[in-house]
Amino acid sequence: MTAISIEPRISFREEVENLMHAEEGASLVRCVQCATCSAACPAVEFMDHTPRKLIALINAGMRDEVMTSNTYWTCASCYACSEKCPEGIRPADVMYALTRYSLWKGTFNRDWVAPEFSRRFTRTILRTGKSYEPGYAPAFIFEGGFPGMMREMRMAIRLVAKGRLPLIPSRIKRIKNLRAMVARVLPLDGIE
Amino acid sequence: MTRYAYYPGCSLETMAATYHVSSMEVATKLGVELEELEDWNCCGATAYSHVDELLATVLCARNLAIAEKQGLDIVAPCNACFKNLWTTNAALKRDADLSDHMNFALEADDLRYEGKVEVSHIMNVFVTDEALASIRRQAGERIKGLRVAPYYGCQIVRPRRPGVEQAQVDGPTYFETLLEAAGANPVDYPYKVRCCGAALMVTNRLAAVQMLRDLLQGAVDAGAEVIATACPLCQTNLECYQGEVNRVYGTNYAMPILYFTQLLGLALGVGAKRLGIGKELVSAEAFLKRPCAPAAPVGV
Repeated sequence: MTAISIEPRISFREEVENLMHAEEGASLVRCVQCATCSAACPAVEFMDHTPRKLIALINAGMRDEVMTSNTYWTCASCYACSEKCPEGIRPADVMYALTRYSLWKGTFNRDWVAPEFSRRFTRTILRTGKSYEPGYAPAFIFEGGFPGMMREMRMAIRLVAKGRLPLIPSRIKRIKNLRAMVARVLPLDGIE
Repeated sequence: MTRYAYYPGCSLETMAATYHVSSMEVATKLGVELEELEDWNCCGATAYSHVDELLATVLCARNLAIAEKQGLDIVAPCNACFKNLWTTNAALKRDADLSDHMNFALEADDLRYEGKVEVSHIMNVFVTDEALASIRRQAGERIKGLRVAPYYGCQIVRPRRPGVEQAQVDGPTYFETLLEAAGANPVDYPYKVRCCGAALMVTNRLAAVQMLRDLLQGAVDAGAEVIATACPLCQTNLECYQGEVNRVYGTNYAMPILYFTQLLGLALGVGAKRLGIGKELVSAEAFLKRPCAPAAPVGV
């Protein structure tokens, strides 16, 4: 009996790159570990792995370290890294790809605010078609403890007084159509 | 008269309502007609791209298709809206499969997108040669010599767009040109294209507060009396969380943060109240009452 040869699984790096099918930019194999991305990043000291190291971990196939990292959830999407990379890699798009992957696989830390914030934001848009800031408050308002919460509330009251924070969310007219549109590209229950 | 489909974005209906009214006033003064995009939806900010790439694309595609139906190019005042609309537009124009997929979705709202729309940030519309000439012609003494830190933010310049020269990505100068045309004195602001922290203010407070402190200290060091912004998130972070920076770092910043359209409006002779000035949490009174301002009372 002839053994059937089984194709090797794609590498973790390819897995990550496949998440960026609609993006341009060079492959992660081109990374020369120069750390220009890390130097350009204004949030780097709050990340558990620098952007340079994260790319090294991806290229080394160290899935668990990458999938549980807070690096991409600490990215503010300022694109400074993508602008500076001498090899044409766009680390900011890698960050987006990994937030999606870690949400999908459920590997993010449940104590982090960012994944819950992004989910709440998305659910709000699918309900009303527009963003509504007070709706996201439950994702973060308890973070600063009671004093932090009081500070947030005080600011909210000042903003309402200045007419800058509406008490009722607005919605678009054709929200039904918008939902039908979204349902044509992905299952709504996956995100709601 | 130049006409555009105006995409205000969600913030301009709430936190950044003053950006909306001041943009409208300036547009009128400069002969730019802004026709609001009919039944527009949220651009997705950064959250959609965290959740699903196609979701982010389909929602921007709807706004682009509505603009195409109105037969107009889009202008957006918010850096994030601008970036999302611009990037989606570019992706749809270069990727026929993606475009087909999106058109299949758009059918559900009786829309179709052929890729005929161009996307600009509202500042780009106010820095054309024609607009600058008009500003120079009309500018009064209201903000003459005012030392302004021109804060571009991130997504108005990044990611880099084809046709934009490298120097204008690393160190853009059109904001300064605009302020000079209006009579102000833009300071040399080293942090002008550095991030304000964006949504990290919610998701990673300490990171964002540190980023803001650098921006505020940079403006103080540069001798600015006010920071001018072109993005509602930059404005909100710099203004509403200035107190948080002071609390965490023991500083005492009291830097007014205004939209560039508010300063431009003042220069063009629009009353402060009509530009939404007075709704700030950090008062702009100090420089509004400066001696070189004309006798006209604030709020007319």
